[in-house]
Amino acid sequence: MYISHSSLSLLPSAPAIQIRFILIQNRAGKTRLAKWYMQFDDDEKQKLIEEVHAVVTVRDAKHTNFVEVRQKDLLDAMSFRNFKIIYRRYAGLYFCICVDVTDNNLAYLEGIHNFVEVLNEYFHNVCELDLVFNFYKVYTVVDEMFLAGEIRETSQTKVLKQLLMLQSLE
Amino acid sequence: MPAPIRLRELIRTIRTARTQAEEREMIQKECAAIRSSFREEDNTYRCRNVAKLLYMHMLGYPAHFGQLECLKLIASQKFTDKRIGYLGAMLLLDERQDVHLLMTNCIKNDLNHSTQYVQGLALCTLGCMGSSEMCRDLAGEVEKLLKTSNSYLRKKAALCAVHVIRKVPELMEMFLPATKNLLSEKNHGVLHTSVVLLTEMCERSPDMLLHFRKLVPQLVRILKNLIMSGYSPEHDVSGISDPFLQVRILRLLRILGRSDDDSSEAMNDILAQVATNTETSKNVGNAILYETVLTIMDIKSESGLRVLAINILGRFLLNNDKNIRYVALTSLLKTVQTDHNAVQRHRSTIVDCLKDLDVSIKRRAMELSFALVNGNNIRGMMKELLYFLDSCDPEFKADCASGVFLAAEKYAPSKRWHIDTIMRVLTTAGSYVRDDSVPNLIQLITNSVEMHAYTVQRLYKALLDDISQQPLVQVSSWCIGEYGDLLVSGQCEEEEPIQVTEDEVLDVLEGLLVSNLSTPVTRGYSLTAIMKLSTRFSSINRIKKVVSIYGSSIDVELQQRAVEYNALFKKYDHMRPALLERMPIMEKTASNVHTMFFGGYVWYYFFTLNCAFLSLAIPPMTAYSKNGLKIEFTFERANPNPNIAVITIHATNTTEADMTEFVFQAAVPKVSHDLSVTFVLEWPSQSPDLNPIENLWRELKVRVAQQQPQNITALEEICMEEWAKIPATVCENFVKTYRKCLTSVIDNIYRNFWTIKRT
Repeated sequence: MYISHSSLSLLPSAPAIQIRFILIQNRAGKTRLAKWYMQFDDDEKQKLIEEVHAVVTVRDAKHTNFVEVRQKDLLDAMSFRNFKIIYRRYAGLYFCICVDVTDNNLAYLEGIHNFVEVLNEYFHNVCELDLVFNFYKVYTVVDEMFLAGEIRETSQTKVLKQLLMLQSLE
Repeated sequence: MPAPIRLRELIRTIRTARTQAEEREMIQKECAAIRSSFREEDNTYRCRNVAKLLYMHMLGYPAHFGQLECLKLIASQKFTDKRIGYLGAMLLLDERQDVHLLMTNCIKNDLNHSTQYVQGLALCTLGCMGSSEMCRDLAGEVEKLLKTSNSYLRKKAALCAVHVIRKVPELMEMFLPATKNLLSEKNHGVLHTSVVLLTEMCERSPDMLLHFRKLVPQLVRILKNLIMSGYSPEHDVSGISDPFLQVRILRLLRILGRSDDDSSEAMNDILAQVATNTETSKNVGNAILYETVLTIMDIKSESGLRVLAINILGRFLLNNDKNIRYVALTSLLKTVQTDHNAVQRHRSTIVDCLKDLDVSIKRRAMELSFALVNGNNIRGMMKELLYFLDSCDPEFKADCASGVFLAAEKYAPSKRWHIDTIMRVLTTAGSYVRDDSVPNLIQLITNSVEMHAYTVQRLYKALLDDISQQPLVQVSSWCIGEYGDLLVSGQCEEEEPIQVTEDEVLDVLEGLLVSNLSTPVTRGYSLTAIMKLSTRFSSINRIKKVVSIYGSSIDVELQQRAVEYNALFKKYDHMRPALLERMPIMEKTASNVHTMFFGGYVWYYFFTLNCAFLSLAIPPMTAYSKNGLKIEFTFERANPNPNIAVITIHATNTTEADMTEFVFQAAVPKVSHDLSVTFVLEWPSQSPDLNPIENLWRELKVRVAQQQPQNITALEEICMEEWAKIPATVCENFVKTYRKCLTSVIDNIYRNFWTIKRT
């Protein structure tokens, strides 16, 4: 599905392969986690959040898990900014990762699932409220698994071990 | 001052708010409390307050007054403080605020801290939001940590280095020595992040790429170990050991092997191995396979491997998971040009994807199908694509229709099939086709001489069904106008001829004129068609009546046509048959000028005056040169207004005799601009009609001849005498009759030159 949303054009065209942002939203549009790996203004961030929410909630089981966005670059009429959103829905929460179009969709889908499994282990059958009340811990999990827009640690056992260590320091 | 409430309390309280206004009130109250607490410089509760502030920020409320507090937390010795402080920094600060530079010193200290977790926090923050200045200052520290033996830190340092390189590419050199031993690590995490670092460096700098090419054998070895080592519980995902690392290594191999034969060759085996041995039952395996396919297609692999890759994609197409089908179609679209035959083998699966439910899959399947059409499979493919056109969403119809036309033009097995296909498109997606499809179809029909009867019959039947699709209606009325005689005579060979009378045909055409569904352009077509039938049908009176009615139409275009046709009936009836004769075969020439010739001296020129025409300089052309008559066209741009093209016709008669019955007609198709024709005659120097003085010379000549002079001097004398004798009345007469002469000349021109503004 090709969608052109004006605010997603605010993402600069980075040559590197990387994650641009990670979002966890619920169906109502409330953000439970927003991790940005690129520079945006607050209102730009807000717009992006709204756009992603609008795009992702209208899709159902018969759609793929990838949404591609093709938007004309505002400065250069001939170029296109291309990126896509890979998302997965778990109960009432949407986990979205925004990446470059050349990235491997399926691999990032696995990445999302890996992340969710870690959350599940760490919070013992995680639910949305866990993410609300322990939001700073969720950020820690994200930072253990992703850094600088890349997947950092993929071994669930290792991540959990680190998280427990960090928790003991509190 | 009572202790500030705990974070949990706050969250719970906010969640009890029933309206947005209530929530806002609570938050404002809490913000006020936090602000006063900050003013008191209270160290004990700062962490708690900032945490609450961050929560409120996540809900969307402004929290920037807490920025400095975050910095104070970072500087604290307690781990919990630092943790919240760094989180706050990542959420509230970015490189556009000058405040962030104050962090630099803190981070530097923390990078050298004794506790690895503190160091980790610092690396994380730097890697997420470090600005170029910070990166420059701290790159040395990061580099040091890259060489440490602590794997926890090493992997964070690697990614932090990636961020540094992205911000300040010049610092890449600094990290080069540290990368030497990265790949010999056993720790998967470090390996993974090292590969990422190497990928980043290779992508940014061609020198680095050359430098790291020698690592290809090592990478191949690591990959091999991954696949062969079997069960590794720590990094296992659904039975495959560390798929993320595999994917990253494959990507790095892709970058290294691109346009380099040796590296590509070194990779061939391992790629084949991965491609054949990976489990495909789960998404994980498919993710690895997909990356493998992308790598194979990008490097200089041998053809057997490429075929293997495309077969994998073909298998993907049969997968139940639509995600996998989607990625397969995307990749096939990229490779269809280079590996056309291999992709052809999967054509039927691709065509099946046209029926998929997901819109993006359908679109890719459509594009791919058009790319695969060739002379052999055109019939089958077109059937599927036309079926798709019937049922697809409106957003696809325009592209699909254009694709069908292009494919039909290139590979049509027979004229009848071509016409049938175009008709089918016009009936199902008529309102979405492009403007130039109407003239193209008309040209195609005219050129298929043997199909005229069949075509007009089919189009007539289509008109009876539905008159709302304008392109179809236009083509139909044009055809009926041209070949109406074939229609009523029931001459069709290809299919069962229908019985239709002249009146029925005229009913249909008149119906088009009055219908609300017809656009003005369509009305023009049908009026002209009715007019043309006046030479092919016998019921001329009815046609005359229709034409005269529209002489007073409100639509100016229609009115003009009707008036001209009326004039044709009344004053120029002798020309009518010739003018409305059958159109000849049209040829397309390279410069987009359609020229046609047929019987007698009448010819039509169709100019498609599009932008290309006006921007090129067109050389003069000889349009006709036969039997002593030569017609030449020259083209130039009008000087004041470059959007006007001036076309000059030079007609030369090189025979002894005069040429008569010379008729010029200019017809302009609807899509072009106006053609205004002005006739500029070269003023002939000795024509008595146009130069009254000639009459006077003749008068003198006659009088002098009567005197019969014998020699030159006598001649001179007699000339002078007779000139003086010519009375003024004679001159006056010549002047008086001059007007009449001019009008009769013009009349003569108009009798032989006629302009028709539109067809």
